[in-house]
Amino acid sequence: MRKTCIDMVHELAKQDDRVVFVGSDLGVGTLDEMRWELPDRFFMEGVSEANMIGMCAGLATEGHIVYTNTIATFIVRRAYEQVCLDVGHADLPVRFICNGGGLVYAPLGPTHEAIDDFALMRAIPNMTIFAAADAEEMREFMPQSLDWPHPVYIRLAKGHDPIVTQGLPPFEIGKARPLVEGTDALIITTGITLRIARPALDELRAEGLDVGLLHLPTVKPLDRDAILSRASKNRAVVVVEEHSVIGGLGSAVASLLLEELVSPPSFRMIGIPDQFPDIYGSQADQLARFEITSERVATEVRSLLRRAAA
Amino acid sequence: MISSARARNASLQQMTQAALKGEIVPSGLEQGPLDQRSKELRKQCVRCLLGGSRGHVGSTFSLIEILRVLYDDVLKYDPANPSWEERDRFILSKGHGCIALYVLLAEKGFFPDAELDKFCHPDGILGGHPDHVKVPGIEASTGSLGHGLSIGIGRALAGRVRRADWRVFVTLGDGECNEGSIWEGALAAGNHGLENLTVIIDNNKRQSYGSTDEVLDLEPFADKWRAFGFGVHEVDGHDTDALRDAFARLPYEKDRPSALICHTVKGKGIPEAEGNNKWHHIRAIDEAKAQAMIDAIEAY
Repeated sequence: MRKTCIDMVHELAKQDDRVVFVGSDLGVGTLDEMRWELPDRFFMEGVSEANMIGMCAGLATEGHIVYTNTIATFIVRRAYEQVCLDVGHADLPVRFICNGGGLVYAPLGPTHEAIDDFALMRAIPNMTIFAAADAEEMREFMPQSLDWPHPVYIRLAKGHDPIVTQGLPPFEIGKARPLVEGTDALIITTGITLRIARPALDELRAEGLDVGLLHLPTVKPLDRDAILSRASKNRAVVVVEEHSVIGGLGSAVASLLLEELVSPPSFRMIGIPDQFPDIYGSQADQLARFEITSERVATEVRSLLRRAAA
Repeated sequence: MISSARARNASLQQMTQAALKGEIVPSGLEQGPLDQRSKELRKQCVRCLLGGSRGHVGSTFSLIEILRVLYDDVLKYDPANPSWEERDRFILSKGHGCIALYVLLAEKGFFPDAELDKFCHPDGILGGHPDHVKVPGIEASTGSLGHGLSIGIGRALAGRVRRADWRVFVTLGDGECNEGSIWEGALAAGNHGLENLTVIIDNNKRQSYGSTDEVLDLEPFADKWRAFGFGVHEVDGHDTDALRDAFARLPYEKDRPSALICHTVKGKGIPEAEGNNKWHHIRAIDEAKAQAMIDAIEAY
């Protein structure tokens, strides 16, 4: 997914001379071909994210479409004010390509685990938030990112993630992607949780439950109509995300349902509880630790439907 | 000529030392009196202060001559077309000094000067920190310190990409140089050799709490900028002839960004305000206080 994204920056730069790339001390060899082919539009800055984001804002103010890349936490936490004011307030076309969304950097601990990125970015007016499920979804997103008139936070997954977007309608920024429609329960996913939810969906439907799945690669702006129209037809809604239960997609959906007085009798957020990750291991280990799993999704749906029937 | 430069340097050093000791710098002792244009600009600032009943007096008044010379003699711009491609880009990174900039922009015709009376009003465009979304001629929204230099670097790089002739000027406060992001930016500007970028420092030697050496010592300040890859020049920031000369010499070194350290007096033009931290930000400015300020400026 990251390779697809980064390689496509070069492709877009070849097509459109507004495109520039700004990295922050990335891995050796990153975008070397672009560096040699388009040296004027390739910038590799030091370990100085605050300056890098301000610089991106300056480039974007002058008409460039800026793709910038570093580790997610350094964008959303360390350089938050630059992201918020220099880019967000100015509503500039900067695309923040952020490595290690969620629990990808589990071996490195809480300093590098972006468990709050949706929450922080959602709070910035004008910001668009995109979390791809796989490289195919990223491939569909990138050309659309070129002329999207707002800043975009792009959450990258681990890399080499399996392709799980088969059967979804074409991607469009800001639009939900329904996989299956149902009338008993609605599962909502974003990013790699589509991969986690699909086996649960198959299992539940095999049990005779009419369960639907709505995938939201765009966390903000939220596709309100897609959610409301489906939630109102179901008895339960389960949101599953690789993010804190505070401020992420689950919070966004919960607020929406409450504001609109759509009343599925049961609602559940599956995500990271209000704590810092406390073990190392792999992303999979962390997901298991916080029970962001297919088994949990299936269990929650069954439980909610039982409660709704009682 | 040489002796004149030496005398000026000695004068600057003396003034710096006085300010660093926390002494209130006697007005007009180290630097000449203000001419009528400088007084009139300050009086327009008072109009703005009265409009909002508040404002950063000290930081505004230390900036006046720097901005006056920039907008009178240095910058290329078109008030009728603020986004004119060939214009020079001026970013006031020390956004709390914005009243001085508003006054110059209004005078040059970027917006009606009646806006000055609506400073900080809900129906006005001029806030306590400048907003480029609202105000013609403002190139970047600043006020949170430490942002403008990096934005200026991005714009200077964009100018280099398109081989443009326009230049980028970023004005920092000395207190603002406490921010780590300034030094990240200084590293980057030096690294990129941005000859089209000039950093102007309003070095009034005071910040909100006290003198800069007491709060967080910046010295040796000029050497720091040199070490980060800048060509550096120092000037009396209230001497308009010296400022014109300093801007005319840009860039100070080939293939390097320039830093112009302007030695100024915080609150310059109102004796009571000069070097007086109680005048960093003033509230409850009424007609009587405003008139007293105008009288002090006129008598300066």
